[in-house]
Amino acid sequence: MAEFFLELFSEEIPARMQQAAAEQLAKLVGAQLAPLSPRDVRSFGAARRIAVTATIAAEVPASASELRGPKLAAPPQALEGFLRKNGAVREELVEEDGYFLLRLNLPSRPAGELIAGEFAQALAGFGWPKSMRWGQSGAFTWVRPLRRVVCLLDGTVVPFTLGPVASGDESEGHRFLTPGAFRVRSAAQWQEELRARFVIVDADERRERIRAGLRAAAGEKGLGVAEDAGLLDEVAGLVEWPVCLIGAIDPGQMALPPEVRELSMKVNQRYFATRDAAGNPAPYFAFVANIAANDGGAAIIAGNERVLRARLADAEHFWAQDRKQRLDSWLPKLDAVTFHAKLGTQHARAGRIEALAREIARALGADQAAADAAARAGRLCKADLVSGMVGEFPELQGIMGGYYAASSGEGEAIAAAIRTHYQPKGPSDEVPSGVIAAAVALADKIDTLAGFFVIGEKPTGSGDPYALRRAALGVIRIVLVNRFALPLRQILDVAVERISESSFEAAEKTTDKAIAYAQSQNVPVGARLSARGRGTVLDPASGKQINSRVPEIFDFIIDRLRVLLRSEGKRFDVLNAVLDTAWDDDLTRLIARTEALGAFLASEDGANLLAAYRRSANILRIEDAKDGPHEGTIDPGLLAEAAEIALADALEAVDREAVRRLTDEDFAAAMRGFAALRAPVDAFFDHVTVNATSAELRRNRLRLLARLRDVMHRVADFSKLEG
Amino acid sequence: MQDQKHALSFQDIILALHRFWARQGCVILQPYDMEMGAGTFHPATTLRSLGPKPWAAAYVQPSRRPSDGRYGENPNRLQHYYQYQVIMKPSPADAQELLLASYREIGLDPLRHDFRFVEDDWESPTLGAWGLGWEIWCDGMEVGQFTYFQQVGGIAVDVPSFEMTYGLERLAMYVQGVENVYSLRFNDAEGPHALSYGDVFLRAEKDYSAHNFEVADTAMLMRHFGDAERECGALVARGLAQPAYDQCIKASHLFNLLDARGVISVTERAAYIGRVRTLAKACAEVWVAGETDHG
Repeated sequence: MAEFFLELFSEEIPARMQQAAAEQLAKLVGAQLAPLSPRDVRSFGAARRIAVTATIAAEVPASASELRGPKLAAPPQALEGFLRKNGAVREELVEEDGYFLLRLNLPSRPAGELIAGEFAQALAGFGWPKSMRWGQSGAFTWVRPLRRVVCLLDGTVVPFTLGPVASGDESEGHRFLTPGAFRVRSAAQWQEELRARFVIVDADERRERIRAGLRAAAGEKGLGVAEDAGLLDEVAGLVEWPVCLIGAIDPGQMALPPEVRELSMKVNQRYFATRDAAGNPAPYFAFVANIAANDGGAAIIAGNERVLRARLADAEHFWAQDRKQRLDSWLPKLDAVTFHAKLGTQHARAGRIEALAREIARALGADQAAADAAARAGRLCKADLVSGMVGEFPELQGIMGGYYAASSGEGEAIAAAIRTHYQPKGPSDEVPSGVIAAAVALADKIDTLAGFFVIGEKPTGSGDPYALRRAALGVIRIVLVNRFALPLRQILDVAVERISESSFEAAEKTTDKAIAYAQSQNVPVGARLSARGRGTVLDPASGKQINSRVPEIFDFIIDRLRVLLRSEGKRFDVLNAVLDTAWDDDLTRLIARTEALGAFLASEDGANLLAAYRRSANILRIEDAKDGPHEGTIDPGLLAEAAEIALADALEAVDREAVRRLTDEDFAAAMRGFAALRAPVDAFFDHVTVNATSAELRRNRLRLLARLRDVMHRVADFSKLEG
Repeated sequence: MQDQKHALSFQDIILALHRFWARQGCVILQPYDMEMGAGTFHPATTLRSLGPKPWAAAYVQPSRRPSDGRYGENPNRLQHYYQYQVIMKPSPADAQELLLASYREIGLDPLRHDFRFVEDDWESPTLGAWGLGWEIWCDGMEVGQFTYFQQVGGIAVDVPSFEMTYGLERLAMYVQGVENVYSLRFNDAEGPHALSYGDVFLRAEKDYSAHNFEVADTAMLMRHFGDAERECGALVARGLAQPAYDQCIKASHLFNLLDARGVISVTERAAYIGRVRTLAKACAEVWVAGETDHG
């Protein structure tokens, strides 16, 4: 075995690319050096280099193989072709079983040959996200100019060229602290030599050093550092020799909203925010230099403090200018901001969100004042898009609106609703709580969903440019976390109607398709065209006519709900079973039903009853195929056996109980009631022959099984359950 | 910023950079005599980065960004400022070292300060140009942009150039340790001739801000834009690359003025940029044809 070592030393590699490049390099070794059975493959990514080391065989072992050629009787052209293809001559062939055979004996091959050959060739095609040519590179490209290639096999150079660079055994340490080259003899010596030359080449080690260094530096002032894993990763890619320092923030600039200050610190400067003992923002920032400076860092700290002062002075300017106007005075300007060419301006959108927020708040039982507040917040929620601060920092949309609403005297509830209306922005983001804030956040997302579905911009397998999946997931989480009872299809209907009014033409074109879709989804529809030319369907939950596009959007949301359940390790087939029975659009209730059913199925009674259900369903399927369906009233006079009488009685009792519990929305109790069926069902199958010789008895017993199925379907379509 | 009293004056920074880059073999050019938004527009950079011939030049270019005017009230923003521009073709193998040496020349010691190369993908939609490189940071402050040109005027370059742009005011503020651009020491004279940046430029900043935002005759500017566009086309047809390119520069600046006057809508904006890019591409093609034809 031999130690393989490769280092590709270049000018500064963008931080965000280093880790992926290191992984790619490890994969390349695994794939290209496979004949050398590489193991202990370990790769490195740092600011000026990627590297990999592995233990490999010293040579590719010799191998023998046989190639079968044409038949001995084949025309001579076939033989010529075979020889040409394999670069062989007639004398090398042997004849066996009526065929020509070429025996290939590949001799063993030194590892260096494979490395300098196929491996180096594959390296030249290394997949950087974006690469470039430079003065000496010719047609060769790399992420930034490649300056050195170190390639060693047990300490000996494997000679090859990569673009304009010939491999050798010299590398470099820190750019300023130890300029010049040093000789590499092994992977371990390389890593240690680099450390002595002020380069921590292992990314995890750099990250940990920074984490500890920041904590220590802040700790000296009695402060903590605000966690930011993404920033930590980025900074770890920007420095070779991390030196953590603390700078002071101008006390006057602590009056800025912390979000503004800390975003500027992070995005523009890669600084970490600090917290005092109580967890409040402290007037210091922590940052990472790439050098242990000869004055202990005094000039570096002073410089960074000055830069931050200027940055924050910019922010202070916007903060002061923006607050000179009332938030609502910006509304007319939203007319100049396009949301989407087919969905109008942000002004039009604000109008829709206003109406929708009011509708949602009402549906959630809000009083007049709360509904008004939700509408007001909806109207104002996009106004900050034309503020100076959001122009500079788009990430602060919503947050600035909240501040400006407060300073315009809109009241705390409205300010909070505006502030949180984009939330949740991701699966771990906080969900707005309270009816007013939640109504606005829901309105924002539902308008987005309805809008893009109406204009036909639905997500495809790979593309979701308008983040509709995130919007749908946001709707789900807001409803579930707040345990809202929201008639979702009706709210979607309001949203679609609003959109359709503003883009009537677009709506008309897709009407037919929408109706066809609703029908294909087996929604119990009276699909028809309304006087205005748009399709409506019956909402099975409310019994009202709703826009025919709604079921498709609702299904999209339900699909996200399935994904969510799956990601939480829950059974989504249980959700399907419930959905197909309930036609419910109250997500909270759907989940309650789903959980109750899931719990029941997990119990012994539940599993047993499911088995009985399947047995009856099987019998019914087979018998229905002969002379079914077997539906209709059970004739009590034809119930002969004690077990079937008992089952019929139990079914009626359980059904009455189930209906009562379902009306009370006590799903767990409804499910528990089904446990009472277990004994009579078991007894029935033990003692009663369904396919009795008497046709009358047989029909009545099949009806009894159909009744069992239908009673169970009151809570869920058990046929949708898997496993 | 050790000893900021002895830090270089604004004009001495320029002179130090001139001497340094002259030693590296650059021709020291004077500013191009037209209004432009960035030093990159100078034909010594755009046109010369195309074609096969080696080239190295350094110069100061006044840069005009009409929308950045603040009536002299913002300590960090100007509608007219200076860029120091270096271009070397082909890019030298030690470009990064040269650059760091140039910072040493003006008093920024990399053993005392924290110099960094932070990813920056440069692109100029109006010039149809892009390149890869970095922002150069010194103690968290951007003190320059370093680019390896890959494409200019819609044409992939024959030989990549190294382009370095220093924002002179910002750099000087850092070197001198001042927080307001108008307080920069412009020269090292004593007595009445000791002049600050404000003494030299404050009045102009105020007046140009008013011109850019309030007064400039937009109908005239639009007319001139059309004129420049037509003239550029006519000159391209005659194969006169640099005169044609002058009209492209003119059109670009007229567009910037119209933009500052707020008469260009969002959708029109993209169209205007596209029109300037079309001119830049045509000029670049004519230039390259001439470079290869005549050797």
